Amino acid sequence: MILDIDTKLLKKNAYRVTKQRGITALRIRVPGGDLNIKYLDIIKEIAEKYGNGTVHITTRQGFEIPGISMEKIDEINELISPIIRGLKDEGVQIEDEEGGYPAAGTRNVSACIGNRVCPFANYDTTVLALKIEKLIYPNDYHVKIAVTGCPNDCIKAHMQDIGIIGQVEPIYDPSRCIGCQACVKNCKRRVTGALTFENFKVVRDPNRCIGCGECILKCPTSAWTRDEKYYRIVIMGRTGKKNPRLAQTFIEWADEESVLKIIKNMYDFIDKYIDKTLDKEHVGYIVDREGFKKFKEEVLKDVKLPKKAKVANHIDYTGYRYERNTIYD
Amino acid sequence: MGIELDVKSFDDALKILSKNYKIFAPVRLKGKGAFSDTDLVTYGEISSYKDIELNEKSRYSPKEVIYPITQTLFYFTEDEYKEPEIDDKGIIVFLRPCDANSYLKLDNIFLKNGPYEDNYYKRLRDKVKFFIIECTKGFSTCFCVSTGSNKFLDYDVFVRFDNDKITCDVKNDEFSYAFSGKEVEFIPEFIEKNEIEVKLPDIDKISQNLEYVFNHELWDEYTKRCIACGRCTVSCPTCSCFSMQDIFYKDNPKCGERRRVWASCMVDGFTDVAGGHSYRQKYGERMRFKVMHKIYDYKKRFGTTMCVGCGRCDDVCPEYISFIKIVSKVTDAVDRGESK
Repeated sequence: MILDIDTKLLKKNAYRVTKQRGITALRIRVPGGDLNIKYLDIIKEIAEKYGNGTVHITTRQGFEIPGISMEKIDEINELISPIIRGLKDEGVQIEDEEGGYPAAGTRNVSACIGNRVCPFANYDTTVLALKIEKLIYPNDYHVKIAVTGCPNDCIKAHMQDIGIIGQVEPIYDPSRCIGCQACVKNCKRRVTGALTFENFKVVRDPNRCIGCGECILKCPTSAWTRDEKYYRIVIMGRTGKKNPRLAQTFIEWADEESVLKIIKNMYDFIDKYIDKTLDKEHVGYIVDREGFKKFKEEVLKDVKLPKKAKVANHIDYTGYRYERNTIYD
Repeated sequence: MGIELDVKSFDDALKILSKNYKIFAPVRLKGKGAFSDTDLVTYGEISSYKDIELNEKSRYSPKEVIYPITQTLFYFTEDEYKEPEIDDKGIIVFLRPCDANSYLKLDNIFLKNGPYEDNYYKRLRDKVKFFIIECTKGFSTCFCVSTGSNKFLDYDVFVRFDNDKITCDVKNDEFSYAFSGKEVEFIPEFIEKNEIEVKLPDIDKISQNLEYVFNHELWDEYTKRCIACGRCTVSCPTCSCFSMQDIFYKDNPKCGERRRVWASCMVDGFTDVAGGHSYRQKYGERMRFKVMHKIYDYKKRFGTTMCVGCGRCDDVCPEYISFIKIVSKVTDAVDRGESK
């Protein structure tokens, strides 16, 4: 049997080259990790009829169906057309519903469960993940984005090119405060110690407060309540073989509109500065080469940040490199 | 007889009343719930029908209207002091019978608990006019019938909200001028049966078995489960404990104010005394203190159960501790203990 397959197209179509010749695996995107249950039937059917009867849950909250013969790709693409149509109905720009996924470079936007379920979450992460998906997909640039409801960062936004962390500005009504200090003790124990107790009332240090909203959750009298929703943007975190590192804060107290615009602008930045001689280049390495200042200038173009927003003037990454000759005896 | 109003004429009535009264009712504060994208239902000032939240029980009770969380009693400078002024207007409160009854329970504490009336309470309480919201179904954690707080007859105005049809029984003639509408037959109704029925303990039996109840193992569970956050007490319409706070202004510590602020027997610091001692360090002991005050001590002193059965303590407990369940356990223990 002759197998003549353009692996570049295959990969772009969200299939992969596996260790077993002629056998591929399909990745199903699940934006925000939130999937209508009806699509599980399709995944089940493919895994049973074309795959090896198993499904792998990917680190980015998608499904990967292994054990598929490369010859069956067209058939499977037809089978997944309802899933693709589902994305399209949500507003994702996909032209051909029958052709499978049109791109795989920009990865599934993952999200923690968010405020539909979690008490800590400061916003609906599922909705934001989908908004981002609509904005950036399909796209071949290799970009990883994740959104998380609060600074607990359960989705590991710190490991992404762009991580969005929910913030809330807590509003304090001293007349409702009974001085139980539940917020003060909790902030000291579990957060940043931004709250102190003075004259029987609570004082908040805005320079220490990270907008997690724990004070609001702990308050028995609603002396602390919620105001506007904000987002912290952490950037250029990564794993990888070269220089793993956590993402660092780029902007705090950004609004949703700015978040979306910045993400959009980042694609223009990539387009402008990517090393086109390479097969692919992760955005983090482009920023390393071109410098944070240039990145900042490009992505903040036409962005109207709220007054409260704070933008980093420089970033010190604390990642490491594998320089064994200097670190080992 | 009652007067039937549509929304517009009801709003007109509120407008007329608002000249002389501040009007309070349960309101929905959008996005002010502790969890994001949730609302807070609580008591607040209203100016029209649409401001009133009738479909959800308020998290906090209307006691805040007459007994504010933080109340400045007086301001002091080096050689003089002055009490703050209060608003000249009267106070109208739209509330359900259970909450109206809670005002009477607070009256016992602030006005009839010793030789002196509490003037700071009295001067607000005297302004109150009761506008009873007819409540015939209640909510899933209500047990007002069990505590005898399902009725409140000494109202000024009784209001039935039936979608956009509002029927009022204006008992207090002082308010007749504000309500104009069709006269209709109207008999106010009260809830006769809650989903939950709670058997309250016989207080004489408790008195005879005090040690037994005090030391009962049922309290131990709450040492483990309760987190001593105080939500049950701040949402309770009858909890009335406060502490005093003397504030010395930072710029000039020779001036300041004395405040009284709600306190909670569930929260650390409530029993702190000179020398650094404190009592009821175990949360189960605090639970016992609170529960027994609601269903025993208060009744022994004033002849009526303190708890009005609004069920807010059950609604707000983050650890899913049910006061109702505890009361049942006490009743069971007392009944069984007595038969021993």
